[in-house]
Amino acid sequence: MQVAIQGPWSPLFGRLTLDAIPYTNPILIATFAVAAVIGLVVVGAVLYYKKLGYLWREWLTSVDHKKIGVMYIILGLVMLFRGFADGLMIRTQQAIAIGPNSPGVMGAQHGFIPPFHFDQVYSAHGTIMILFAATPILTGLTNVVVPLQIGARDMAFPYMNALSLWLTTAGAILVMLSLFVGDFSAAGWVGLIPLTELPYSPGVGVDYWMWAIQISSIGTTLNAINMIVTIIKMRAPGMSWFRMPVFTWTTLSTNIIGLTAFPVLGAALALLTADRYFGAHFYTAGNGGNLMLYTNLFWIWGHPEVYFLVLPAFGIFSEIIPTFAEKPLFGYTTMVAATFAIAGISWAVWLHHFFTMAAGPDVNGFFSVATMLVGIPTGVKVFNWMFTLYRGRLTFTTPMLWALAGLFLLLLGGLTGMMLAIPAVNYTVHDSVFVIAHFHCMVLLIGAAMFAAVSYWWPKVFGFQLDEKNGLMFFWTFIAATIIVFIAMFALGFEGETRRLDYIYDPAWRPMLWTEEAGMLLYCVSIGYFIRMLYVSLRDRVPVPSDPWGTSRTLEFLTHSPVPFYNFAVTPQVNTRDELAWRRENGLNNVQPEAFEPIHMPSNSGIPFIIGMLSLGFGFGLIWRIWWLAGFALLGIIIAVIIRSFDKNLGYELSAEDVAAMERNLSSAGIAAEQPARTPLTEAEAH
Amino acid sequence: MSTDSPPATGARLFHPHFAGHDQISARTLGFWLYLLSDALVFTAVFAAYAVLNNSMGASGGPIASQVVDPVEGLWQTYAVLGSVATYSLGTVALKSGNKAGVMLGIILSIALALIFLGFEAHDLLGLLAKGDGPSRSGFLSAFFILIATHGLHMIFGIIWMLVMLVQIPTMGFTTNVVARLINLRMFWQFQATIWVLVYIYVYMIGAF
Repeated sequence: MQVAIQGPWSPLFGRLTLDAIPYTNPILIATFAVAAVIGLVVVGAVLYYKKLGYLWREWLTSVDHKKIGVMYIILGLVMLFRGFADGLMIRTQQAIAIGPNSPGVMGAQHGFIPPFHFDQVYSAHGTIMILFAATPILTGLTNVVVPLQIGARDMAFPYMNALSLWLTTAGAILVMLSLFVGDFSAAGWVGLIPLTELPYSPGVGVDYWMWAIQISSIGTTLNAINMIVTIIKMRAPGMSWFRMPVFTWTTLSTNIIGLTAFPVLGAALALLTADRYFGAHFYTAGNGGNLMLYTNLFWIWGHPEVYFLVLPAFGIFSEIIPTFAEKPLFGYTTMVAATFAIAGISWAVWLHHFFTMAAGPDVNGFFSVATMLVGIPTGVKVFNWMFTLYRGRLTFTTPMLWALAGLFLLLLGGLTGMMLAIPAVNYTVHDSVFVIAHFHCMVLLIGAAMFAAVSYWWPKVFGFQLDEKNGLMFFWTFIAATIIVFIAMFALGFEGETRRLDYIYDPAWRPMLWTEEAGMLLYCVSIGYFIRMLYVSLRDRVPVPSDPWGTSRTLEFLTHSPVPFYNFAVTPQVNTRDELAWRRENGLNNVQPEAFEPIHMPSNSGIPFIIGMLSLGFGFGLIWRIWWLAGFALLGIIIAVIIRSFDKNLGYELSAEDVAAMERNLSSAGIAAEQPARTPLTEAEAH
Repeated sequence: MSTDSPPATGARLFHPHFAGHDQISARTLGFWLYLLSDALVFTAVFAAYAVLNNSMGASGGPIASQVVDPVEGLWQTYAVLGSVATYSLGTVALKSGNKAGVMLGIILSIALALIFLGFEAHDLLGLLAKGDGPSRSGFLSAFFILIATHGLHMIFGIIWMLVMLVQIPTMGFTTNVVARLINLRMFWQFQATIWVLVYIYVYMIGAF
């Protein structure tokens, strides 16, 4: 049943040959050299400072939601940088390859990237930014913050939480591997059909794309289950539904979307897998396949995914704006209703990604109206934030500035989105860079929210502030770069520049393209400030109190900074919405519990990490058609799950004296501290 | 906008000895949510089948009425529903803590599931032998993948049951084992529900 493939195949190495290593491509050689040097420095530093055991015991095997969240964010930031490098290459190619007389170097007729390689670059850019940068960073943020906001000790399923992280990581590693072993998909991040079919993409690129997404999306689905159960079941006493912070609400709605959307993506890709591996005809251009079946299934996931990303961003704004306006959020109930309205409508708009399918006026009309409906709850949100700001006592800290800039980007991206919702307009600007500029405003609003959240919650998690001066420079350069790049791109869209061009045929676009390139260089400057901000903050490490901002309103700022690994020494009783603000107004914010009590904690486990690495082997084996590798890896996963099910470890108990000692010496319980080995409970002790 | 601010004097700020959540109920809710996500996988595959189940999708190859046998499918349906019934009898024994009863129920469920899979393998291998495999046409691709996705769920369930057959005698009815038995029951009823949908949609409607 296995289909015939082009090129050599051997039972031991599958399709893998030495030719798969792109040692002739100078860009990739340089990238590999840099990656290798950074990798060696990191590994060398870990070994030199003898931190390997610490790394394994405290991080790689950790089931602590804060550490998992932080690892998610680190993964996301690394991938964000990779995605940015792809973006920079796209912009630079377009800034050079203008007109028939433009120079060409490194094997390209124009510019410096040959067309096939260019196609891979933009496909990787989109895939990485959506699935391996934005998704992990937001998942990481919800992981860190939500259990603290609802007063829980950890997620409902700490072990499964670690599994989600390592599955996502396996997917990200596959994307990175495609740089140095083989190639990546050249069919766009959406997997343009039938280009992704075997006859048109005979290499391993599409397989890399497909399996990286498939494996990481299983991780995202598991995380969604975990989050929903955590929010429903793990709230502190007194935390009724309408006392929940809005970020928790948006996390709930976003994970309902994730839970219902990602399986559809998994199925859509599984059917493509059947096409590519068994010669099935789901999406082929002949033999009864149906191209639009793929496009519909992909966007039935793809559109909800957009809201999966944007709703937590809205939640972040809803936390930060009240804190720095020193007022309760205006219209809490309508905010919650608007969140769920957006989540609900997200299921009924997918066809606006391909109005040009020519489904007819009825269908297009329905999806056009549905898309415009999204503007209503989003408008409610914008007005709520504005009325929260109105007559507030505003402090323009870095998180606040990011949040306000995010509102402007939302306005720009949202209103252009409303334009695109009109089919007649859509037919005109379809596939032009106008669309690209529109959705980059939206994802950069999500980016602004991510940076807002990182600077807002950083002192909470790590116990010291991020450097404000470099943070402000990072903010202003980043926002200026965004405006320079994307305003020019809107203009080019109206001029008729289509997306994904490796060669610019109209020299009249040169000024705008060079403006965009200038914006990209400014982005590079902003990355410099970001790194400097981290360096200065880590060097100075100014300790902060439990509420570093002094005006925070929610429960996570009640416990200490850095947050102890058990979160709350004694579970707080929630009396009202914005509990901390209420306690502060009544002078209760510094009241500590009278006595401590034993705390039951889950033990760390190496199995999630092992399963993650086995799934990496499984994916790699299938991509290169090394059947034995894929088979053993799958078997290994099943065995690891069964071994885990026989594990009698019921967690350990932290005695009241231990808790008291750690409450006196907070750094011994913080995120960077190493914990001594603790004996697990037996079945008899647990009951 | 005002919030529901209670009086601060005498307010309780901490809740010592908070019992926390019930582990089995959290796991059961989590499993329900997993089933929801799995149902969406089937929804997508059913949708693909619906799109490709026509003469264009068949592309000159056999159509539904030429590949399905609703009478044989009825026997399969009996096997699946019988398997659910025997498992459910096992969970009745769970209430009285009867290990042998639970294990007998599981063994009977496995036997009936294997009978089902035997029928299915016979069907699919027969089609393959005739050259009507998934690579013949879009319709047959959808038919094979839909049936195989359900079949894979059954195989997964059988592996799970085998693990439980080891855990019940060695570990006894601990919280973990009981939670797994309850979730396995939901999983087994879920796959049976999917099969009933397959039987109605593919076998019964397809036969005409």
